Amino acid sequence: MPKVTIDNHEIEVPEGTTILQAARMIGGDIVPPAMCYYSKLKTSGGYCRTCIVKVTQGSAKDPRPMPKPVASCRTFVMDGMVVQNTTSPELLEARKGVVEFLLLNHPLDCPICDQAGECDLQNLSYNHGASATRYEFERRTFEKIDIGTKIKLHMTRCILCYRCVKVADQLTDHRVHGVMNRGDVAEISTYISNAIENDFSGNMIDVCPVGALTDNTFRFKSRVWFSKPMDAHRNCNKCSGKVVLWMKGEEVLRVSARKDKYNEVEEWICNDCRFENKDSKRWTIEGPRHISKDSVISQNHYEHIDMQKLKLDINRQIKFQGGKQIEEHYSRTQFDESSKKALDAAKK
Amino acid sequence: MLTNRSKVVVNKQMSFMERIYLPAVVGGLMTTIKHLFRKKTTIDYPKEKREISENYRGQHILKVDENGAERCTACGLCAVSCPAEAISMTAAERKKGEELKYREEKYAAVYEINMLRCIFCGLCEEACPKEAIFLTDRLVPVSGERDAMIYGKDKLTEKHYNEVDISKRQTPAVLAFKQNKQYQHNQLKQTR
Repeated sequence: MPKVTIDNHEIEVPEGTTILQAARMIGGDIVPPAMCYYSKLKTSGGYCRTCIVKVTQGSAKDPRPMPKPVASCRTFVMDGMVVQNTTSPELLEARKGVVEFLLLNHPLDCPICDQAGECDLQNLSYNHGASATRYEFERRTFEKIDIGTKIKLHMTRCILCYRCVKVADQLTDHRVHGVMNRGDVAEISTYISNAIENDFSGNMIDVCPVGALTDNTFRFKSRVWFSKPMDAHRNCNKCSGKVVLWMKGEEVLRVSARKDKYNEVEEWICNDCRFENKDSKRWTIEGPRHISKDSVISQNHYEHIDMQKLKLDINRQIKFQGGKQIEEHYSRTQFDESSKKALDAAKK
Repeated sequence: MLTNRSKVVVNKQMSFMERIYLPAVVGGLMTTIKHLFRKKTTIDYPKEKREISENYRGQHILKVDENGAERCTACGLCAVSCPAEAISMTAAERKKGEELKYREEKYAAVYEINMLRCIFCGLCEEACPKEAIFLTDRLVPVSGERDAMIYGKDKLTEKHYNEVDISKRQTPAVLAFKQNKQYQHNQLKQTR
């Protein structure tokens, strides 16, 4: 089993693992961002170059560094490989350049885009991009297209990651859309405005890292951070039926698949669940969805109390009564009883 | 004892001069008379108005652009930045033929600010990416009813024939930013 060192973290991984997968096994801040790679889709990755890393030592046998940054989603690890991601300033600079390239033709219409707030490109440019572009030319523009009645395609926002094409290839029987033309005029399109009528076509909305493919039934209904995400499930004979409901009061504004911490769909859902069941009575609601506190969606959502911190706070208050510390053994016996009461009160 | 100004109360017998109270009364009156000849600190409000700061944060306005189209795209950044949660809105899609009414393909069909909740902090103005909302030097008139204090688009949107000057609120830094050619993509082109 090859051993690889990524940002000073060493890990042993199975043969045939890519650097990106190895970094995800370690987890944390050292995981390179990815816009086109999708662990649930075969042969994805290798288009966007956001996941580039610096290989300072090729392998134990041949310790020469690789001459250029490599795409970590497509580079397999070798035994004794040493990789730098966040520890290399020049790599971060290179990634900044990649983000600038991705944004060359992006319209930056986040104020009207339904994806804003949960957009990978938005997060990427906040975390890794420059605040300004040096591009002075006219951006390429396209008319927006309805793909069927439920999906809207804003080709102007597309970064050509090919994720939706892979979804159609791997999830549905035959795909009717793909990337037309080449180079600067490449665009996602259906064959002579063919509607996509497939039970799992809606998943391309979830895999789209930008706002190019959006839910037409949710169009301009609400900004994502004003709706409350709830985990829910229903009996569905086509898919697992495990979804996230985006609710406003009792109303279900949108249904989407559950996503993991790398913003990848956990289980694909069918179009029936996604588009046809927007009624909270048809779902069993499990509880609020956990949203990372760094996300704008978590604004004003108080999903749970931090029990650990609350316990510490209560403990400190109990210990510090009447301006003086209460003796340790006394407070410890008191703690469980009184903190339980306090926690119950807090829950109410 | 928090300050050194406290006085210790003593229960001692008053003298004759103190008992007739007259010197104390005269002393008090002198203070009153002295104030009669001082400069007034109050003003005659409706006729006379106090000078306010250039960037005074009063009633909000939703600006229209040079063609009279509404700038607001209902992006919700003002509402999410509002610490008092005073702003709410509903978005709608622009139809064909409304290009001169609304600047972009999405607009706010309903836009409400609850003036009872608003604390006039100006964060909405700062958050706005479209230069649509500004706080002005106008005061919000009081009302006896709660409903009347929820301002909708009818009260907030600027009338094209009656523009409210907000140029004083745009600092040299903001103006320089707008002149910068790099950021031209933010200004929507009305082509196509």
